[in-house]
Amino acid sequence: MTMIFGVPLMVFMGQLMLGLINGAFYALLSLGLAVIFGLLKIVNFAHGAMYMLGAFTALLGLQYLGLNYWAALLVVPLVVGGLGMLIERFILRRIAHLDHLYGLLLTFGLALIFEGSLINFFGVSGSSYPTPAALEGGVNLGFMFLPIYRGWVLVAALAVCLATWFIIERTRLGAYLRAGTENPALMQAFGVNVPQLITLTYGFGVALAAFAGVLAAPLYPVSPTMGSSLLIVVFAVVVIGGMGSIIGAVITGLAMGLIEGLTKVYYPEAANTVIFVVMVVVLMLRPAGLFGKEA
Amino acid sequence: MTFNRKILASSVALAAATLMATGAQASMSDDAVRIGYLADMSGTYRDLAGPGGLEALKMAVEDFGGEVNGVPIEVFSADDRNSADVGANTVREWFDTKNVDLVAGLVASSVSIAATKVIEENDGLGIVSGSAASSITNEHCTPNHIHWVYDTYPLANGTAKAVVEQGGDSWFMLTADYAFGHALEDDVTRVVEENGGEIVGGVRHPFPTSDFSSYILQAQGSGAKIVGLANAGADTVNAITTASQFGLTQSGQQLAGLLIFLNDVHSMGLEATQNLLLTTGWYWDMDEQAREWADRYFERTGKRPTMVQAGIYSSTAHYLETVAEAGTDNPEQIRAAMAERPVEDFFSRNGYIREDGRMVHDMYLAQVKTPAESENEWDVYEVLSTIPAEEAFRPLSESQCDLVNN
Amino acid sequence: MSATQTLTPAMKLRRKAKVRRNFLYLALVAIALVAPFVAYPVFLMKVLCFALFACAFNLLLGYAGLLSFGHAAFLATGGYFTGIMLASYPGLTPELGILIGTFAAVVLGTLFGALAIRRQGIYFAMVTLALAQMMFFFFVQAPFTGGEDGLHGVPRGELFGVISLESNLNMYYFVLAVFLIGFAIIQRAVHSPYGQVLRAIRENEPRAVSLGYNVDAYKLVAFVLSAGLAGLAGSTKTVVFQLASLTDAHWHMSGEVILMTLLGGVGTLFGPLVGAGVVVSLQTQLAQSPLGNWVSVILGAIFVICVLSFRSGIVGEIQKMVRKNFK
Repeated sequence: MTMIFGVPLMVFMGQLMLGLINGAFYALLSLGLAVIFGLLKIVNFAHGAMYMLGAFTALLGLQYLGLNYWAALLVVPLVVGGLGMLIERFILRRIAHLDHLYGLLLTFGLALIFEGSLINFFGVSGSSYPTPAALEGGVNLGFMFLPIYRGWVLVAALAVCLATWFIIERTRLGAYLRAGTENPALMQAFGVNVPQLITLTYGFGVALAAFAGVLAAPLYPVSPTMGSSLLIVVFAVVVIGGMGSIIGAVITGLAMGLIEGLTKVYYPEAANTVIFVVMVVVLMLRPAGLFGKEA
Repeated sequence: MTFNRKILASSVALAAATLMATGAQASMSDDAVRIGYLADMSGTYRDLAGPGGLEALKMAVEDFGGEVNGVPIEVFSADDRNSADVGANTVREWFDTKNVDLVAGLVASSVSIAATKVIEENDGLGIVSGSAASSITNEHCTPNHIHWVYDTYPLANGTAKAVVEQGGDSWFMLTADYAFGHALEDDVTRVVEENGGEIVGGVRHPFPTSDFSSYILQAQGSGAKIVGLANAGADTVNAITTASQFGLTQSGQQLAGLLIFLNDVHSMGLEATQNLLLTTGWYWDMDEQAREWADRYFERTGKRPTMVQAGIYSSTAHYLETVAEAGTDNPEQIRAAMAERPVEDFFSRNGYIREDGRMVHDMYLAQVKTPAESENEWDVYEVLSTIPAEEAFRPLSESQCDLVNN
Repeated sequence: MSATQTLTPAMKLRRKAKVRRNFLYLALVAIALVAPFVAYPVFLMKVLCFALFACAFNLLLGYAGLLSFGHAAFLATGGYFTGIMLASYPGLTPELGILIGTFAAVVLGTLFGALAIRRQGIYFAMVTLALAQMMFFFFVQAPFTGGEDGLHGVPRGELFGVISLESNLNMYYFVLAVFLIGFAIIQRAVHSPYGQVLRAIRENEPRAVSLGYNVDAYKLVAFVLSAGLAGLAGSTKTVVFQLASLTDAHWHMSGEVILMTLLGGVGTLFGPLVGAGVVVSLQTQLAQSPLGNWVSVILGAIFVICVLSFRSGIVGEIQKMVRKNFK
């Protein structure tokens, strides 16, 4: 058997595949963070909580309303995104004029509230969300047995990332958004309703997190703490990619998934830490991240 | 039912008799016997002990009549949030401000080790019911605590030995990367090798981990017949679920869960866990006595008790009976008197407390039933064999405990 | 002295403020001296340790304008090193153990500081977070920390080899002394010319650079000082509780110290003390009440309320009120 650094080629390929799938999650989550940071300049610490709320809404929807997976994929991002818009409109807007660190602290508080409340009602053990019937089972790729659902996650996440990129780079709305990022005052002068644009953007970023949550529900136990453990990793991804850079978030997300996947083979104990090592190195060499513009 | 009541009634009578005969109240430390229950009430280990364990403890106190040697029994509890820090501070505060007589519960190994150090400093008494680490009565032993239900030694001894004997002679270990996981891994390695098997590989995953896919894939690539799970709680549940998604068992490999509780099997369901071999200190449906108590517990909580919850009742009852008999709550005397009494009740068979603080008793090798075999949601184990008390636990001759003369 | 006659009204006012402040200090020390007879001493010690930790953090955020999201690393480093030293060398007296732990935190602070101060704002916060995560990993892996189990059985020992710290009361006065020393160092630093320059940098860094100040050196000194004091807090805490655990190294701890400082008042001397008192009380008192499960929700709500309408914190708001009404 061909070996790569002491690991059979087949296993190595399989690990790359899994890394890519995890990377797709990171990409989706960091994309939302990057969009929010771009316009609001807020580091959204509540992003993990929104991801968790996405998974929970899907689970509760299934249990109490009979909302199936495919419907949840559509409805849940709208519901949670709506909640995000309310948060922006009634809470975040009030501190928009302050130092951006306040936004970080405030969203951190919000995350504690969401997480703590759900722990009280549902405990931390987590429940499982059934894999949708159409995506059960797996295929043998030759080098690994790939559960179909994981394949679907990769495809769906990449499709959404691509669509987001298209909206931002190629449509009129996206043009407003980019302009708003550069110079909100000028946009306002041109008659664009910037506050409304900001609300929509925050809602959109949150909806992306919720979408990732629904995708994750059948894979991981749905528990109130599922977001907080992921959150700081996603932060690291956004920072490495360059804060506010859309393409940077997506590419870095996938790359970090791969790096983490390889770490799990060669030094599994460090799997949760490797991304931070990369982050420090990148920030030392390129202060604005890989794809960011120097201020 | 009648069994427990009878014992309790006689102990109460006995208590009353001693009280009259010796004026025992004089040797009680103060106006109450205070039991502090410390456990994870909200985190990962909530379901295996948690509020259910507190309920079991209260049952023991109520069955005893709520008082001993003429003084009332008070129960209070606290959430250790699985933090050694919080746990040790709580126990310290109980000694400093509440005159606690017995610290019960004690679930996460890290909390137990920290708490028993505080108990030792304060010359108190603690009974560890939930922890797995065998080091609690080995290098961390103290004259002030007893370890009741199980530890990593019999877990490996039961499950790993049985699996190797059934032909599972090559193992891949999935180990939680902290002290408990390492201890379990060491114990399993020893048992597997002693029985002619070998460990062909393993990974140590960070604690906690939610995504096991990469490790399962490595296990699949290893070619081992058995994938041993040296982890606990949510990690074990995640690993088993992921293994079933990746078709681990379909490709001819088998899982061996080394620490699995009733609540884990219950929450994962039989579809994902069927045929899993495991070692347990007690099972609610193992015989008439056990069922009787489990029925009473079920009436109060709507759930079947785990071995830890049953052990909490058993240990508390043993403590109270000893206090009544000895006529004192002096920790040192009680610790000695508890060891003199055999532990024989609905929970423990052939049980007694060794000088290192280990309560040894029969353990059981069980297998998870298939959905077809199971009659109701809690009917999940079939007890295959009994591991006699003498063989189950680490022999004193191998002990590193200072209290054992080697 | 004739100098008194030439005092301007502004100087008089300042002198008056100083007298008032000294009076306040004396009153607080007096309260602290009798406190252990009223409240549970171990609880008070916990408050003092976290107050010192928060004061150290505040030195960086409040006076240098640097938000560190990795201060748990220094708390834990101090704690672990002191713990290991005291546990493995029984002859070592606690004050030496604490000095060693503090020194370890200073070394780590120098290293982290040198890397982190080259970045600003969010990036500074993220670099400190990343470095602290690496330390967390180190503490999980290192053989001497006991990993998840923590480091136990650290003896309290005898201060200077004479006074036994086993008694909670003796321990309390020792912790109080440590806190007062730490507090005095911060007070001194803040009110010195060095502190003035630090504030100038916070307000307008380019101007400070153009005035010829070596901004990086000033920031680094603040960072190291803050790290060292955080280490001192961690070391003392280990001696009090006789254990060191991963809780201190986790990033939630870095978040908690931000909360304490924010709640008490960023950039005020007493703010962190008040903030630590409130948060520690909430955690210990609430945890044993029926509201126990809501602690994190309540902390989160405090965060939100502070940021929305309470940005100068409890002490900051009181100062504002005093200034408005008594001038």
